[in-house]
Amino acid sequence: MIRNNSSLIRLKNAGFFRSGRWLVRGINLTVNSSEILTLIGPNGSGKSTTAKMAIGVSKPDEGTSYKRQGLKISYLPQRISIDWTLPIKVNRFINLTGRVSRKEANEALSLTGALHLENSDVKTLSGGEFQRVLMARAIACKPELIVLDEPVQGVDFKGEIAIYELIRNIRDELKCGVLLISHDLHVVMAATDRVICLNGHVCCSGTPMNVANSKEYKALFGARAVTGLALYEHGNDYQNFRDGSFQSKDQTGGAGRTSDDGHQPHIYKN
Amino acid sequence: MVLVALLMMGINPIFIKISFDTKELITMMDDFFTRALVAGTGVALVTGPLGCYVVWRRLAYFGDTLSHAGLLGVALALLFEVNTTLTVFAVSIFISMALLLLQSRVKLSSDALLGLLAHSALATGMVALSFMTWVRVDLMGFLFGDILAVTPFDIAIIWGGGAFVLLVLLISWHSIFSATVNIDIAQAEGMKPKQANIVLMLLMAVVIAISMKIVGVLLITSMLIFPAAIARRFATGPEQMALLAAIIGILVVFGGLFGSLHWDTPSGPSIVVAASVCFIITAIPATSIQMIKNASIEKLDSEQNEIIKK
Repeated sequence: MIRNNSSLIRLKNAGFFRSGRWLVRGINLTVNSSEILTLIGPNGSGKSTTAKMAIGVSKPDEGTSYKRQGLKISYLPQRISIDWTLPIKVNRFINLTGRVSRKEANEALSLTGALHLENSDVKTLSGGEFQRVLMARAIACKPELIVLDEPVQGVDFKGEIAIYELIRNIRDELKCGVLLISHDLHVVMAATDRVICLNGHVCCSGTPMNVANSKEYKALFGARAVTGLALYEHGNDYQNFRDGSFQSKDQTGGAGRTSDDGHQPHIYKN
Repeated sequence: MVLVALLMMGINPIFIKISFDTKELITMMDDFFTRALVAGTGVALVTGPLGCYVVWRRLAYFGDTLSHAGLLGVALALLFEVNTTLTVFAVSIFISMALLLLQSRVKLSSDALLGLLAHSALATGMVALSFMTWVRVDLMGFLFGDILAVTPFDIAIIWGGGAFVLLVLLISWHSIFSATVNIDIAQAEGMKPKQANIVLMLLMAVVIAISMKIVGVLLITSMLIFPAAIARRFATGPEQMALLAAIIGILVVFGGLFGSLHWDTPSGPSIVVAASVCFIITAIPATSIQMIKNASIEKLDSEQNEIIKK
């Protein structure tokens, strides 16, 4: 597939200015097909802002954003607030922005283990149930890019691993790009191809291993990074295996990408 | 079913009258009353679905503001001797634009801004009317609606404008609805929510302009809110709720107008009173119905859980 090699979205030196300050500045990022890119960073580091700029929800005040023409995106917000007066069941919610047949919707729901919620009202779902429904919606819509904003919030540790596994399976199945936002450090590392560490600017970026071992990352997350790292090392074999299998599978498009990572600017402002 | 019963209660005495009274009443029906029913039906068909959005998006106060500004539109129409509906529409658009501008410039909550706009428009309208000593205005008619004032031309405007509104709403339903559920999803997935919001605003302005004569400036919002609120009790999906709201709106208009004919009460308030009665009747068994529903859902859930465990 020729499409696989092209980048889906790209931010070039992008910045977002609101209420007298730059929320983020100097962001460079690219998401390619069949690639999982994770944005990590502490609260208020501009992860959601960056993601919204990248998919064209908000316009950058500086720099440029590129979105491939007619790119089919599926956006999974952290949570949504629907007025009580609006009756909307899960199967209608799956059809929110595109037509999905009932069969496809049910297949997607059973993939995420949410088939029993099919006729529940969206407002009554718990955080974890809602994430499963969102994920099912993404599968059913067959997008070329999936954007997930903290998909594991309010999900227990076991569910967390399951969700990341699911994301990886969706990527393998649909060959779509994935932009993942997380403030959580270790678990997400195992499920991602590339990591960008944000704190108002790009602190460091690269493969999960590179980022986890970098000085900037440790400085940003401090003591937590050490414990996080321990856990991360714990699952290291698995991680290496995943990485290896992925790279061998995707050597054509992957080679250029890795060198690209080296060019990511390391900006220090503080 | 309750609605039908209520409607029957409203209609029955009149049917009896028709069958026993002289032809006088029938000719009267031919004249203004039929026109009022036709006009009211046209209004209800539009305010039902659009009212759902007013309720879902909490736009009630916005609707109030636009309709209060309607009086300014009336004053301007009388001053320049132009069509009232068009003037009210223009003023509604102007107020919406003013709101958007103020929201980006002034650091006040939308709530307060709407209050400012509503009352300055209403007060300006009243003051302007009082200056025009040469025009005799039936202020009550504008404030509360007047079936006597409905002309065949008004009906044409209501049905024509209403058909236009419904058509636009149908075409852009998908994008307006997705923007209502979540603006970020709608934006990211290419549904153009900003345009959808502007379309919705314009539709509101049209509806307020065309329904002013039936229910009056002060009560238009009730035609938007009541049918939707009543429909919410029974609807399980958004489209179903919109359809149900239109039907309920028609029933309420019939109930109110027949009541107003029977008891010789002003048409607008009568429609609203009929709507309130409907709302109260449908709201009373809410808790008990909900309890029964919940119990059965819990039962189903536990059964399902048992099956899963097995």
